[in-house]
Amino acid sequence: MADPMKIRAQMKGDSAEIRVLMSHPMETGQRKDNAGNVVPAHFIQSITVDVGGKRVIQGQTGPAISRNPVFGFKVKGAKAGDKVVINWVDNKGDKRTDEATIS
Amino acid sequence: MDALRRTLIKGAGATGAIAAAMAAGVLKPSQVLAAEYNRTAFEAKDVAGALKGVGAGSTTESKDIVIRAPDIAENGAVVPVDVVSNIPNTISLAVLVDKNPAPLTSAFDFANGAVAEMALRVKMGQTSMVEAIAKTSDGKYFIAKKEVKVTVGGCGG
Amino acid sequence: MKKRIGALVAAAAMSASFAVLAQQPAKKPAAKAQAKAAQKAPDATTADFEKFRDVLEEDNPAELFEAKGEELWKAKRGPNNVSLAESCDMGRGVGVLKGAYVQLPRYFADVDAVMDAERRIAHCMVKYQGFKAEDLAKKPFSSGNYTPELVSLTTYVAGHSRKMKIAIPQKHPKEKETYQIGKEIFAYRAGPWDFSCSTCHGEDGKRIRTQNLPNLSTPEGAIRAFQGWPGYRMTGGVMHTLQWRMNDCFRQQRFPEPNYVSPSITALLSYMGVNANGQVYKGPGIKR
Repeated sequence: MADPMKIRAQMKGDSAEIRVLMSHPMETGQRKDNAGNVVPAHFIQSITVDVGGKRVIQGQTGPAISRNPVFGFKVKGAKAGDKVVINWVDNKGDKRTDEATIS
Repeated sequence: MDALRRTLIKGAGATGAIAAAMAAGVLKPSQVLAAEYNRTAFEAKDVAGALKGVGAGSTTESKDIVIRAPDIAENGAVVPVDVVSNIPNTISLAVLVDKNPAPLTSAFDFANGAVAEMALRVKMGQTSMVEAIAKTSDGKYFIAKKEVKVTVGGCGG
Repeated sequence: MKKRIGALVAAAAMSASFAVLAQQPAKKPAAKAQAKAAQKAPDATTADFEKFRDVLEEDNPAELFEAKGEELWKAKRGPNNVSLAESCDMGRGVGVLKGAYVQLPRYFADVDAVMDAERRIAHCMVKYQGFKAEDLAKKPFSSGNYTPELVSLTTYVAGHSRKMKIAIPQKHPKEKETYQIGKEIFAYRAGPWDFSCSTCHGEDGKRIRTQNLPNLSTPEGAIRAFQGWPGYRMTGGVMHTLQWRMNDCFRQQRFPEPNYVSPSITALLSYMGVNANGQVYKGPGIKR
């Protein structure tokens, strides 16, 4: 199973700043390993962010997102104590959901 | 969820039964996402193809999209890119790297208070223009560009 | 374990004799003056890198490895089903990590030797958890999607010294001796290219391509090299510790690479670390 994400969510002014680190190889399918074999493509394809029970962000990503991806978002109208739920799904169907509370 | 319906990542994608199911409110957008990755856009080999893939037939240059990225990247494997759209009613943002084998890196939709702003890290194979596309709720597409130079390596700190 | 200590002692003896050979460090006073002048005008490229350093450091994937290390540190593991948290003394008492990393390498009475952070963790894994030293040394460095447990553990331990001053002790005679051995290894020229560590890292203003090379014999240079390790390396997206960094310098000099957690590396880390004493360690970093 994939390793947990690191989610930081805190209020800055009137919006919540959400930063997330994901543990994922983000293989392009073009890299060769030491033995010369092509490493198959393996990358996150979809990401969703829910705040306070509402879907606020959804996205799709390709293999050009850096390995161990980092994303930052801002959400207005959120408040301290709201739950942030982030989910990703990759091209092999692996997935991971983690949550944090806005501070 | 309505706000997330006609946005960039669907592009030319959501068609047929899935689009119908979505319109009828049968499928949640998250299910649509999982079911329907916008392969056309992400596998396009050039910018024109990628833009077409996300539904951006024509784009207008805009200074209201701000791209923050280094002039010279320390390492092409991890290039920090920050995009903000100050265009009112921006509902989606996409980031492209012109000279990558497949230019589209990612596309995000914003709703329910999410600001049209995102920070990400992208891979760049070589010096290239980085482009940001913003889509507004009335279906218009805007674009901004910034060049990022990629240098050769050292010995790893 | 006995075998392991035997091996370490033998290696230490080797590095002592290795050091004895190192009597003639290179001297280039004229070049030094020139380089100093050059360093006063850092070029535009370096300045541009610096602008985005904060951005990169703020959201550093190193945190993912720290989290993994925390899990490993606290879990009861190994043939003896013991956790490192309840058994391992990193120099500040069993299980105490705050400030441990910035005070390593240091002398440990239980083994009557000076150990650096990673070597000490490896020691604890063998002595208390019952892991085999040979197994830990089999594939000690990160590559591809593989991250050795010791790398995550070292990152976790280092994370407990964020924003703390480097204060590597030089009280015990063995700590002083280790520093001296490190200093001599640093200056030892050999190999097909007649290289020493100091060839690249003994003068100001040297660089490889776009990268400035710190002069480790000065406090300013030593902190630049101590800083940022363990580091998330953008190339390849892997986590590396100072053990890897040191071994890779040996490889680049076309020297045979030292054994994993060799006393020679402890000596080099003492030399570099003590030179950086008094400066603030920022925590696990991000490297090109």
